[in-house]
Amino acid sequence: MLPIILLSVFGIGLLFLGFMKSRAVLLPAALFFLLVTLAVNFLDWNKNYLYFNDMMRTDNLSMVFTAIVLGSAFLVIALSGSFMESEEAQPAEYYALILFSLVGAVMMITFENLIMLFVGVEILSVAMYVLTGSDKRNLRSNEAALKYFLMGAFTTGIMLFGMALLYGATGSFTVAGIGAYAANPQAGLSLLLYVGFLMLLIGLLFKVSAAPFHFWTPDVYDGAPTVFTAFMSTVVKTAGFAALFRLLYVSFDGVYSFWWTILAIITAITLVIGNITAAYQNSFKRMMAYSSISHAGYLLIGLAALGAQTKQAIVFYSLAYSVATISAFGVLLLVAQQRSSQTLSRESTSAESFDSFNGLARQNPMLGFAMTVSMLSLAGIPLTAGFWGKFYMFSTAVERGQIWLLVVAVLMSAVGIYYYFRVIIAMYFRNGATEPIRVAPFYQYILLIATILTLGLGIAPGLLQGLF
Amino acid sequence: MLTLFLILFPVVAATLILIIRGERIKQLALVAALVELVLAGYVFWKFRPDTSSQFGFDYPWINSMGIRLSAGIDGISILLVLLTGLLVPFIVLSTFNRSYKQPATFYALMLYMQAALIGVFTARDGFLFYFFFEAALIPIYFLAAMWGGENRIPVTFKFFVYTIFGSLFMLLALVYLYYQTPATNVSAHSAAIVDLYKLKLTPGAQNWVFWAFFIAFAIKMPVFPFHTWQPDTYVESPTPATMLLAGIMLKMGVYGLIRFILPIVPLGVETWGKTAIVLAVIGIIYGAIIAIRQRDMKRLIAYSSFSHVGLMAAGVFSQTETGMQGALVQMLAHGINVVGLFFVADIIFSRTNTRQLDQLGGITQSTPKLTVYFMIMLLGSVALPLTNGFIGEFLLLHGVFTYNHYLGLAAGFTIIFGAVYMLRMFQKSMFGPTSSRTQSFADLTTSESWVFIPLVVMVFWIGIYPHTFLKVTEPAVANLMKYIGTTAVSMK
Repeated sequence: MLPIILLSVFGIGLLFLGFMKSRAVLLPAALFFLLVTLAVNFLDWNKNYLYFNDMMRTDNLSMVFTAIVLGSAFLVIALSGSFMESEEAQPAEYYALILFSLVGAVMMITFENLIMLFVGVEILSVAMYVLTGSDKRNLRSNEAALKYFLMGAFTTGIMLFGMALLYGATGSFTVAGIGAYAANPQAGLSLLLYVGFLMLLIGLLFKVSAAPFHFWTPDVYDGAPTVFTAFMSTVVKTAGFAALFRLLYVSFDGVYSFWWTILAIITAITLVIGNITAAYQNSFKRMMAYSSISHAGYLLIGLAALGAQTKQAIVFYSLAYSVATISAFGVLLLVAQQRSSQTLSRESTSAESFDSFNGLARQNPMLGFAMTVSMLSLAGIPLTAGFWGKFYMFSTAVERGQIWLLVVAVLMSAVGIYYYFRVIIAMYFRNGATEPIRVAPFYQYILLIATILTLGLGIAPGLLQGLF
Repeated sequence: MLTLFLILFPVVAATLILIIRGERIKQLALVAALVELVLAGYVFWKFRPDTSSQFGFDYPWINSMGIRLSAGIDGISILLVLLTGLLVPFIVLSTFNRSYKQPATFYALMLYMQAALIGVFTARDGFLFYFFFEAALIPIYFLAAMWGGENRIPVTFKFFVYTIFGSLFMLLALVYLYYQTPATNVSAHSAAIVDLYKLKLTPGAQNWVFWAFFIAFAIKMPVFPFHTWQPDTYVESPTPATMLLAGIMLKMGVYGLIRFILPIVPLGVETWGKTAIVLAVIGIIYGAIIAIRQRDMKRLIAYSSFSHVGLMAAGVFSQTETGMQGALVQMLAHGINVVGLFFVADIIFSRTNTRQLDQLGGITQSTPKLTVYFMIMLLGSVALPLTNGFIGEFLLLHGVFTYNHYLGLAAGFTIIFGAVYMLRMFQKSMFGPTSSRTQSFADLTTSESWVFIPLVVMVFWIGIYPHTFLKVTEPAVANLMKYIGTTAVSMK
């Protein structure tokens, strides 16, 4: 509960700091605020509280998810420095919006009452619509914002309708209340429960960009400024999966036999569409958009095979995915910015293609290494966190005996290796621009932290265990 | 504890090399590899020939899931550990007359590779095995793709995706097996290989687990029809990487067959073993026939290696004690021979700038040393009695022949075909009139000779007194055979 209050206060504080002449204070201030929130988040450790008349629940799991979200935001903001230096950027507003959207994310993670879930989704989404369109002069950014807003508003409507139907069926808005009602499917459940549940599910699946509700993802991720793409593809996804997990695990475990096939089919479609389409992209950023769809698919495996292992699998996977994705986008941000200024082309798309990574590892071994590690992690190669993420996910499905789904996942992992390695090949084995990319020392430290985290979790995955 | 040291020492040495860099990197790498060789030799010396796992270590890794960092050396691992320790220093030494750009990275990757290989051969936990199995791929991929030939990027990429694809199925099978294991007092399941041995799977499960493992290992070895990555990768890789691939890495596949497939899914082997042997025998003959037609030396050796490994796979699947023993000894022997032959090809290429047989010839005139060493390596490879190849191939053929006479007969062609393509290569490159390219061919330098001398010693040692090596593996193999016999019966 404290994180929500603190983030709101800090967000307003950042807006006021924006009145100051110096922009330089904003970035450290935002990072400091996030660190404070992160520390305060753990005050309730090992306590299970219900806040605000059963509106929200904090437990260890929600605190870990909150920490992942805050940590991701920290990394994204830390890597945003060069983007904020441009004349047109308005860092105070951006940082404030990020903090506000984190309020929404935390509410999605800790909700006990469905109304809180709705409010959380809306707070997060509205902030994201604005941030997506923040590159005002760029046509693609505007298009992305409009597309995201229209489709997002539409699905939020569906979600709200689903909640209303659930209330009609169960007479309760709390996850525990719905769970108590749905726990005995033999007694004969109202049809409204199933319809409402599916509508709610569709709304959340839209947010985490699972197929067939993914159509907005490539355009929005591609059109938004890279910093906010990194934020969207990690924070929104983690929060969405935390919400999905809580709903499915607490409320709808009783009707598992009803929804697991639906979810498993969605998972398979998501995996296939995400991976196959990603393999055809020429723009790195667009590839990452499709790759984020495919990772939604891997995360869904754990939900479709909901069981004792799922919790751990989802936490580990979202952490591994977030860290790797942010560090990949961090490198892209630098590369795209400096390569486009080097070639003096105003067209930003060409700077985001695979070709702009050519020879990067030779000019900037550090950037090349950070990128390689995050690509290996996303591809799920051992020694990186991503491998254990996939391992845990596959374990959940094996425990439920969903072998056919795993075969799809395995085949698609092989496709994934193909497109992630295109970047590595470009960086190490192709010749490209000869000018090295300038990297600020602080930026390097942040990338180094992300890399060490990925490798550390890859070698000792047990570190995260016993935490929750 | 020695096993831990064997795995960690190359990692530490490689990291130091990356930090130090500088002029004397080659020497440093050589010293590190020699220290590892001494360790491996000491382990071999001290190894008690019985069925136990020795020099091991065992630490918790992912405690709540019962996955442990556990490795040790038993009769099946010992020769492969020795092979890994033995070959790497000479592979390093074979690069002394070459210069590779970014030498620190180059040698560090080789040592990382060595650590991962030792890990594969010693792991006692299924997931640790998988971990090293994949980890070995990353250094070799970079070695091949950064220092390889012109066409290296697509070729090594194919190699990488192909092998990862295979091992993902193995991961699936491992996770499945893991969930079949009963609870231990610490956790709900266990991934220790000995616990996997105790599983009694249904025949249906055995069949698909067999294929999941078999595809992974068959791609690695490679067995027909999963070999299409191999010739190109061997040719395009820089020679040291080819030596690592052919000398040690393909043994991971054969080792996997012995370690996982035979004891865990005996009924699967009963059902599908014959198919596997037939595929292997097809590979033997197919590889040999293609090798006869090759003009490029490196490609010829690549196909010969494909042919030879088919025989090892067939010997393992014959499920006889001689076949298994033969496979273990032949892995050692083949590693030595193939490294020697690739080195010859590399030496010839570095002096004439060609590997095409019809552009070579007449090299013997000025090179007594090279001729002798080349001949010895070649005779080992064609399995002449008193050389190492004879012992391995004889045992393997005996095993396959016991299993099925016709298949044994077909596999026996490997010796005849082997003699044909190997002697043809020797004749075309070494004898005949000198060509413009081979006119001023200089004989071996000292460092080059020192690569061959130990390999030649090993060729004769294994060929004349194989008992040294057979006796260490015998109890373990006998135990495994007994175990397979009893479990297969009890599962029916």
